[in-house]
Amino acid sequence: MKKKKILVKEEYCIGCRLCEIYCVTAHSESKNLIKVFRYELGEVAPTVIVEEKEYTTFAVQCRHCEKASCVQACITGAMHRDNGTGAIYVDQEKCVGCWMCIMVCPYGVIKRGVNKKKVASKCDLCVDREMPACVENCPNEALVLTEVGES
Amino acid sequence: MAKRRPPADFVVERDDYKCIRCLACVRTCSYGANFYDERANRVFTENLKCVGCHFCEAICPTEAILVRHNPLATRENAHWTSEAVTDIMKQAETGGVLLTSMGNDKPHFTYFDRMVLNASQVTNPSIDPLREPMEIRTYLGRKPLALELENIEGGIALKTRIAPQLKLEVPIMFSAMSYGSISLNASKSLARGAQMMGTYFNTGEGGLHKDLKEFGENMIVQCASGRFGVNVDYLNAGAAVEIKIGQGAKPGIGGHLPGEKVTEPISETRMIPVGTDAISPAPHHDIYSIEDLRQLIYAIKEATRYEKPVGVKIAAVHNVAPIASGIVRAGADFVVIDGIRGGTGATPKVTRDNVGIPIELAVAVVDQRLRDEGIRHLASIVVAGGIKRSSDVVKAIALGADAVYIGTAALVALGCHLCQKCYMGKCNWGIATQDPKLVRRLNPEIGARRVANLLRAWALEIKEILGGMGINAIESLRGNRDVLRGVGLHEHELELLGIKPAGEAW
Amino acid sequence: MRYVIIGIGPAGMAAADAIREIDEKSELVMITSEEVAGYSKPLITYFLGGKVDEKRMFYRFPWCFEEKNISVMTGTEIVQVDPNEKRVISKRGEEIPYDKLLIATGGSPFVPKIEGVEKEGVFTFTQWKDSKMVASYIVENNVAKAVVLGGGLIGLKTTEALLELGLKVSVVELADRILATTFDKKASQIMTRALQSRGCEVYTDDTVVQVKGKRKVSKVLLKSGREIKTKLLIIAVGVRPNVGFLEGSGIEVNRGVIVNERMETNVENVFAAGDCAEFRDPSTGESTNIAIWPVAFAEGEVAGYNMAGRPVKYQGGVPMNSVELAGLATISVGFTNVEDNGVEILKYFKEEENVYRKLVLKDGRLIGAVFVGDIDRAGIYTGLILQKVDVSSFKNDLLREDFGLVYLPKEYRKKLMEGELKVWLE
Repeated sequence: MKKKKILVKEEYCIGCRLCEIYCVTAHSESKNLIKVFRYELGEVAPTVIVEEKEYTTFAVQCRHCEKASCVQACITGAMHRDNGTGAIYVDQEKCVGCWMCIMVCPYGVIKRGVNKKKVASKCDLCVDREMPACVENCPNEALVLTEVGES
Repeated sequence: MAKRRPPADFVVERDDYKCIRCLACVRTCSYGANFYDERANRVFTENLKCVGCHFCEAICPTEAILVRHNPLATRENAHWTSEAVTDIMKQAETGGVLLTSMGNDKPHFTYFDRMVLNASQVTNPSIDPLREPMEIRTYLGRKPLALELENIEGGIALKTRIAPQLKLEVPIMFSAMSYGSISLNASKSLARGAQMMGTYFNTGEGGLHKDLKEFGENMIVQCASGRFGVNVDYLNAGAAVEIKIGQGAKPGIGGHLPGEKVTEPISETRMIPVGTDAISPAPHHDIYSIEDLRQLIYAIKEATRYEKPVGVKIAAVHNVAPIASGIVRAGADFVVIDGIRGGTGATPKVTRDNVGIPIELAVAVVDQRLRDEGIRHLASIVVAGGIKRSSDVVKAIALGADAVYIGTAALVALGCHLCQKCYMGKCNWGIATQDPKLVRRLNPEIGARRVANLLRAWALEIKEILGGMGINAIESLRGNRDVLRGVGLHEHELELLGIKPAGEAW
Repeated sequence: MRYVIIGIGPAGMAAADAIREIDEKSELVMITSEEVAGYSKPLITYFLGGKVDEKRMFYRFPWCFEEKNISVMTGTEIVQVDPNEKRVISKRGEEIPYDKLLIATGGSPFVPKIEGVEKEGVFTFTQWKDSKMVASYIVENNVAKAVVLGGGLIGLKTTEALLELGLKVSVVELADRILATTFDKKASQIMTRALQSRGCEVYTDDTVVQVKGKRKVSKVLLKSGREIKTKLLIIAVGVRPNVGFLEGSGIEVNRGVIVNERMETNVENVFAAGDCAEFRDPSTGESTNIAIWPVAFAEGEVAGYNMAGRPVKYQGGVPMNSVELAGLATISVGFTNVEDNGVEILKYFKEEENVYRKLVLKDGRLIGAVFVGDIDRAGIYTGLILQKVDVSSFKNDLLREDFGLVYLPKEYRKKLMEGELKVWLE
């Protein structure tokens, strides 16, 4: 199974945080940067996290781990691996917000939903897009999409 | 009130409807020009801090930003231009030399744009480079006048010993830019780009960073008046050595890297203590004559076991032809001539804008002089300084060059917007800076791809033009001034260029 | 080859998946004493509170077992394991042969001796059927007030569900504070206040000594002498490993079934995992019984792999819990109540926002962490605890509001970002 994977090239992240806003936009109703800012803010939150310390910056999103702690810890089965894509998704219908996934994710990339809504939110690798929005719009290719595993 | 602040060079306009307060512009401006007012929830710009690098414009995801030139709002005056007036204001304030970067930005030195090229019609067929082979490979170095062959068992062999040559798949190289003047990522971009395209980059006078060693086969190492980083390993690390006497952006003056910029890695490659000024003297203090130059050339040839071509780079000045002749006679395998539009990381504005001569005239007279003296074959001519498009390459070669160096054009491919503020070390594009926060903005993978693309595109265009003229090898273009015609040039200029005016047949 | 798994909780299901990953063909039987298989136990309080409906209770739908060629025996209580004959025997007398056996029977609720505890309206709360019974008891008897005995996680999650249903709830806890085993004092105090602010009464240092009423509960008497009128008493004072049926089988049992790093018991071909197992760490010789979902899952997986012939070692786990009570999300990982010498404690408390963080360090390593209110990125700390990373070089950054991967040592971060760190197993 070929699996999409986002590589984080820490040395090239410029800390512009465009990945965040493109992530939000890709998961918004309107899919339009300006409209999202004007009308949809607070309804969606980015699932990519940008970290910064002195000159080191990088963006990190769900690593879709081979052995995923979040899937192991999920008590509802909401956090699951899709057999087709190999990626890990959270079924928002099933999730009850017990935060076991937040507790065990060593990357700290699972968040509570907007307004601390009782559903976990994480990177879905932009299922409905060819290329994840954060990767496509990273101006310095600090996020790169690769495919791993055998076809 | 005599004292007043000069007006801002640029105005940053922001469409508030489109601005989504993502603050990418605020976060990324290295000059701190953009700022966010939380209480107003709006982003503003301090125009005086803006250098016009257009980074914010490029990063803005909604195209909300427009960086506009802000001409001095005084009475229009063709003589007292806005530049002249603001320069006076600045100097009246500081009492110092005005510094600037990149190349001469004045309009009156561009002969390339006043020369046109020929094409085949009826009497000679043009060639379609997509269907027929087109040779643009170029060898730089000393050539023999004739080849001697000898019979050996089972065939014939070349008897003449061929001097070491540089093999260029495209007749375009990246000119000398030191690690220090540009970032390591910029150097890596050029190095990798040169490797991808089968050409060369040049270390400049800054020594050799260990990360660049692997690109040795595509590298020319430079030896300049400060001799920074020069030792036998360095000389042997590249494919050729270039002695730098002068530079088009600042003929007659040396260089000065302030101690603050001599950081740990810079100190290591330049081989000087951290924090000490790196001063490249105006002249080489061991070269006061052609004979002295010959000594250095041969010292380097000795050090490199006569395996690498040794070149000499000079700025194009009034006496360029006889000087070039002397350089060839001193033993150089190639001569680099850098014209008045050549760029730099830092130079006094007055020098950049007024000293030297246009490269078109320089190459024409040098080529002619070497031919007249019968020594043209002893060295290749490399032309530098303001080459900005493929047609310039074609014209330069037609005027007598073997190959060209591009500096500014390569940097533009890497993102440079010619703001001319390299000397401040805060390049937003990660090129002319050593600030780790800024250096990372230039991803060498992207950079290499882009400079290689540029060379690929120019190579295609060069072939296109050659084919149109019915020429199928760049050899046949070199010094072929018949393919050029001048437009709006004086008779004596035409004479120096060795070309006819447009309208005149063969 | 015939695999038999007793218990269909996280350990059992993880083991079945692991076995099927390697061996798709062999017979695999899963046995549960309950009537329903494949539901998620921790969801029973959410079910009671109405947050999860019948359908969403299923971690694995019944047809998922079929798809994976697993036969499921429900309503089958195993009463005996016979390693000599390689078979298990059910209460009904069925004999089920095995080649490899996994004991993943979880825990059963502990019921203290209380006068009148047999009356109607007294429930334990560990199975779906308990949840269903409590739900219908509340409706049928018009229950408006409940007493929950036990201020641990199950007790409080039940309390939360009852509050959701609009009941008034009193929590009675024997210790001096609620959540005494998993959280530290400060966190307990914050949670107590949060519960109180929602109208919940919390009695500590106290317990129920008598259940009053005729047939059904009408009030309970506390040790302190206080009487509380209530129609419902939930007993949630703890769970014991469900291992009684192993008596006489020769399988070594302490508190739980003793297993090694491959989840093997002392008896050949018999494995154990989850709440009923007690992992004996070969490096320390200490054995632990950590009854939490992620450990059960990991142990189950290790057991499954080893049963199917892939040698995998369990790395050991630490206790950890995540729970949201009265709108306050809380996470506790590792050892949070240690206060001996050589332990360094870092704290951060923002009273007005109910945000509290506490980190416990020992010998330059993080051994415990408590988060109340703000739990974002808590997993990074869990990673540091599980990986036993030396944190001394960035100790002072640990409590920063923007703490993240960027503050971790570059090598650890690189390892994290590139290779996926093996958290539970080797």
